[in-house]
Amino acid sequence: MSDPVTALNGATFNAGIASVAEVPLQGMITLRGDLSAAAIQKAATVTIPGDMPTAGRARIEGENGVAWMSPDEALVLCPYADVSAVLEKMQKTLGNSRALAVDVSDARASFRISGPHAREVLAKLCPVDLSPAVFTSGMFRRTRMAQVPAAIWLSDTDCLQVISFRSQAQYVFDLLVVAAQPGSSVDLY
Amino acid sequence: MSTRLNSGGRLLDKARPVPFSFNGNTFSGFAGDTLASALLANDQLLVGRSFKYHRPRGVVASGVEEPNGLVNMGEGASFEPNQRITTTELFDGLKAESQNHWPSLEFDVGAINSKLARFLPAGFYYKMFMYPRAFWKHVYEPFIRQSAGLGKAPTETDGDSYEHFYHFCDLLIIGGGVAGLQAARTAAKSGARVTVLEQTAHWGGRAVVDGGAVDGQPVTEYVDGLVAELGAMENVTLRTRTMGAGVYDHGYVLGYENLRDHTPDAPGPRHRLWRIRAGHVITATGAIERPLSFAGNDVPGVLLASAIRDYAVNYGVSVGKRTVVVTNNDDGYRTALALLEAGQSVPAILDARDDVEGSSLARRASDSGITVIPGHAVAKVKGGKRVEGVSVCRQNGSGDVVQEIACEAIAMSGGWSPVVHLWSHCGGKLTWDAEQACFRPDPERAPTGDAGQSFVTVAGAANGNFELADILEDADAAARTAAKAIGHTIRKSKSPKAEREEVAPLAPVWLMPANAGIELRSKAWLDYQNDVKVSDIQLAAQEGFESVEHAKRYTTLGMATDQGKLSNINGLAILSDALDRPIPQTGTTTFRPPYTPISMGAIGGEARGDVFQPLRRTPMHDWHDDHGADWEPVGHWRRPYAFVRDGERVKDAVYREVSNTRENLGLLDASTLGKLIVKGPDAPKFLDMMYTNMMSTLKPGKCRYGLMCSENGFLIDDGVVARIDEDTFLCHTTTGGAERIHQHMEEWLQTEWWDWQVYVANVTEQYAQVAVVGPNARKVLEKLGGMDVSKEALGFMEWADGEIGGFKARVYRISFSGELSYEIAVDAGHGLAFWEALMDAGKEFGVMPYGTECLHIMRAEKGFIMIGDETDGTVIPQDLGLSWAISKKKEDFLGKRAQERRHMADPKRWKLVGLETLSGAVIPDGAYAIGSGKNANGQKNVIGRVTSTYYSPTLDMGIAMGLVLEGPDRMGEVIEFPGTEGATFKARIVDPVFYDREGEKQNV
Repeated sequence: MSDPVTALNGATFNAGIASVAEVPLQGMITLRGDLSAAAIQKAATVTIPGDMPTAGRARIEGENGVAWMSPDEALVLCPYADVSAVLEKMQKTLGNSRALAVDVSDARASFRISGPHAREVLAKLCPVDLSPAVFTSGMFRRTRMAQVPAAIWLSDTDCLQVISFRSQAQYVFDLLVVAAQPGSSVDLY
Repeated sequence: MSTRLNSGGRLLDKARPVPFSFNGNTFSGFAGDTLASALLANDQLLVGRSFKYHRPRGVVASGVEEPNGLVNMGEGASFEPNQRITTTELFDGLKAESQNHWPSLEFDVGAINSKLARFLPAGFYYKMFMYPRAFWKHVYEPFIRQSAGLGKAPTETDGDSYEHFYHFCDLLIIGGGVAGLQAARTAAKSGARVTVLEQTAHWGGRAVVDGGAVDGQPVTEYVDGLVAELGAMENVTLRTRTMGAGVYDHGYVLGYENLRDHTPDAPGPRHRLWRIRAGHVITATGAIERPLSFAGNDVPGVLLASAIRDYAVNYGVSVGKRTVVVTNNDDGYRTALALLEAGQSVPAILDARDDVEGSSLARRASDSGITVIPGHAVAKVKGGKRVEGVSVCRQNGSGDVVQEIACEAIAMSGGWSPVVHLWSHCGGKLTWDAEQACFRPDPERAPTGDAGQSFVTVAGAANGNFELADILEDADAAARTAAKAIGHTIRKSKSPKAEREEVAPLAPVWLMPANAGIELRSKAWLDYQNDVKVSDIQLAAQEGFESVEHAKRYTTLGMATDQGKLSNINGLAILSDALDRPIPQTGTTTFRPPYTPISMGAIGGEARGDVFQPLRRTPMHDWHDDHGADWEPVGHWRRPYAFVRDGERVKDAVYREVSNTRENLGLLDASTLGKLIVKGPDAPKFLDMMYTNMMSTLKPGKCRYGLMCSENGFLIDDGVVARIDEDTFLCHTTTGGAERIHQHMEEWLQTEWWDWQVYVANVTEQYAQVAVVGPNARKVLEKLGGMDVSKEALGFMEWADGEIGGFKARVYRISFSGELSYEIAVDAGHGLAFWEALMDAGKEFGVMPYGTECLHIMRAEKGFIMIGDETDGTVIPQDLGLSWAISKKKEDFLGKRAQERRHMADPKRWKLVGLETLSGAVIPDGAYAIGSGKNANGQKNVIGRVTSTYYSPTLDMGIAMGLVLEGPDRMGEVIEFPGTEGATFKARIVDPVFYDREGEKQNV
């Protein structure tokens, strides 16, 4: 078996007002079910024990985490190599609950945007209030990035992470490069 | 002559000369100049020719309302026409050319139109160019195109980049004059997030030019203090060079930021479009001075009084050594006083009012030794390309000249019109203020938000307050109103107090002199840019264009790039007068965004070049590109149409791919096909509803081809369904159907069958899928090794999980080509490696990749339908001979009842057949078959149409599928398809399956 590759082989851009880097493959599992049910919550948090995040929020630590996607959908994060094991564990936890858990790790591309202007770069593309006072750590926002869907969160101070569809990885990377072009800082936040 | 003064010029950096060129001549200005002030400083009074009569025109204004000063700017990739010189900041190396003249600005042949003016009245185009009909195309249009038009169209692609920015605030204040800044300071105390936009590069608006004192402090210092204070506040955002362009529903506002027009060599985007959501909006957009309508008011050297003041104070520029002021209100006196202070002379102030006793400004002018002539007006301006003097008459007369005064410039003030545009964009209504003769916002009829609440408040001059003291009070009140509207409270504090002038009331003057005859009226301009005169509006009224909107379109008043900022109110006053009705009854035309033109680039934002549109790429995309892929758009995907080799034509590549796949081995990148996981105890029941055929009886490990219809019975998608386990299915959709069908399923699950135990997930992109097709398909897989893919272990229409060549794979034995075929899904991250492994292992078996056209031909040879070719939203499965895939046993499925409607069951519906041309030629796609006789419209009766048509390399002939009236009952009959250029194709109706009817090749 070959080594799995990301859509853009770890492309980076460092010549602008923020750094853009494609993130290595990340294990992602879509879990659909009634997020208020105990078994579903337990399955959703298998990689990061604790409470199920409320609407618009996530708990992410390193490669593990869980994000609220919709009233009946969660995204479970884990190391890429662990997906099968985590899926199995989730299935056991779910038992006969009405739920669907499925590996979507390869269907996604992820990017990290870092630097003092990282928020501005995304605010050029996403109709989201990204000011530091409003968009804070722990939020997980599904939104639109120019013409495609994306999810964003603050992974560290001055560092935002984006998940897009794999087929649109090049478009998303190119968008970020345009939005981070030299001389384009808004100097707002 | 117009010249630079030694004094004045508060915006200039006189230590930094800036060279620029205009019409090829090199001039010099200073940093801080606008192009207009720099041209005036160089005595370039003449800046353009008018649109219709090609009259010489000079600068009239000093801001966004300027109608005449439009130029072609820049060169090549940075060329842009119609750039307004009064708002263009001067930069080193600026190149501009005046517009609308031939052969030169100084001598323009088109000026003959001016002599013909009496033959070119309002509505001239409509009257003249109607007849004879044929003249339009060959005579009139070419002539009009030659002589009309403003700037040139750019010839190169725009070399700049642009961007959007999403911004959110509690309170947005549009306008950084003293009103906007005062409102911001008051509102910001509440802690609300406040953003202030100012369209120019400078804060303070008019107040800093007009002067006055606030709390005993000069207003310029007061403004500096406000800006410093606001700049230090965390919750306040200040942006200059950012125009509030439009106000839309629910507090959505567009801001237009100019980033690089004044520093074209700097890196970064040129313009930024701010897409703002504001809790509440304050428009502190100021007011625009109105011209006066007198004969010759368009001669270069006649300017708005406020503009002359601006040029003197801000840029240290005098338009003329001797300036006559003509006014109907107190404000014009400010210009006279400013000019005196700048060392210029003001021979007279002509005040249309008889009584100016009460005016403290008038008193100051008299005391300064200026001759004030009340009750008098301009009869006519003397001079052609520049002002030479003015003939004076009584305002209440018909223009008998009582005196002539030599002068170089005329400063006119017809009163002020509040800038109500942004208030009006989203439905704010206006009220007529008779005392000040202007429309101002009616606070009782504000633009309303989602709950019917007002979301716009007006402050300052935009609200009809023209005195500094009133402006500050109003701004303070507006801030309090706005803060309350968004749930913030402001502690009581003292409003700043400004000194008050004693004001004599304005006299509405719409025509000068009041009883001017036709001679004067037809030289009194309303709309400078579109050449509309007082006489044109009067003619329109006389001809019955009573509605202001009709009169506007008939005369083109206010339809130029300045959108009537100077002409609107004057024009509708003239119209009202002509119709003998009050002005408010005439009303205004509609104010629409943007406030001034914004660049197309800013609207497009980042969406150009590589990111014009999102392209979707499969994991093997780059490999395809490296191997000659001729791309075809399929939705947002790009799929290889064919893999073209050196020296090969595209169609040769396609035929080669077909033959090779039929004879050896072909690989197709099928990753784009939709893959939906449907899971849950009710999944079988759900899929029985989704598909026309029975899915619940499918056994795990098996595949079944299924059809999906809309509730109206029409075929919307097809694909192979694999049952993974008792509760789980994987549904393949068409490439374009993945998102659409996913949404279709979710809609039914969420709205109708919300209690069914089913979940759906779209896993299309999780997998790279490769179709391994051809007689050697099994051999290559066996060579790679791994799972058993023999006929016995993996029969036709079965699937299995396993490993192939070390890759974790799910293998479906399905065929869309009629050949032995495996579709193999691997995780997308391994897709490229798997594809390369197949190419490598397949060498000895003659492997070649193939594209979508080869796929199409092979499926057509087999008579397989294609969604989008055989279907177009009006076709039902029964039309396509697919009745076998429609369950008779199921109680219900989506489309079932619709298909029982009389029209759907009509035996006269066109049905699918194969078509074989007698000559072997290929029938054009979409060709119609004609029958005998004619229809009610005298057209030949149509009895069918081609849905798919190809040259079949396998059969060496043209094959087609089509929908034909009673087609299946007419096997063997020959029907005719007229082509283009008189050709007719004769084709025999045959079975749509042209190749391997028994299906032996796929089932080996």
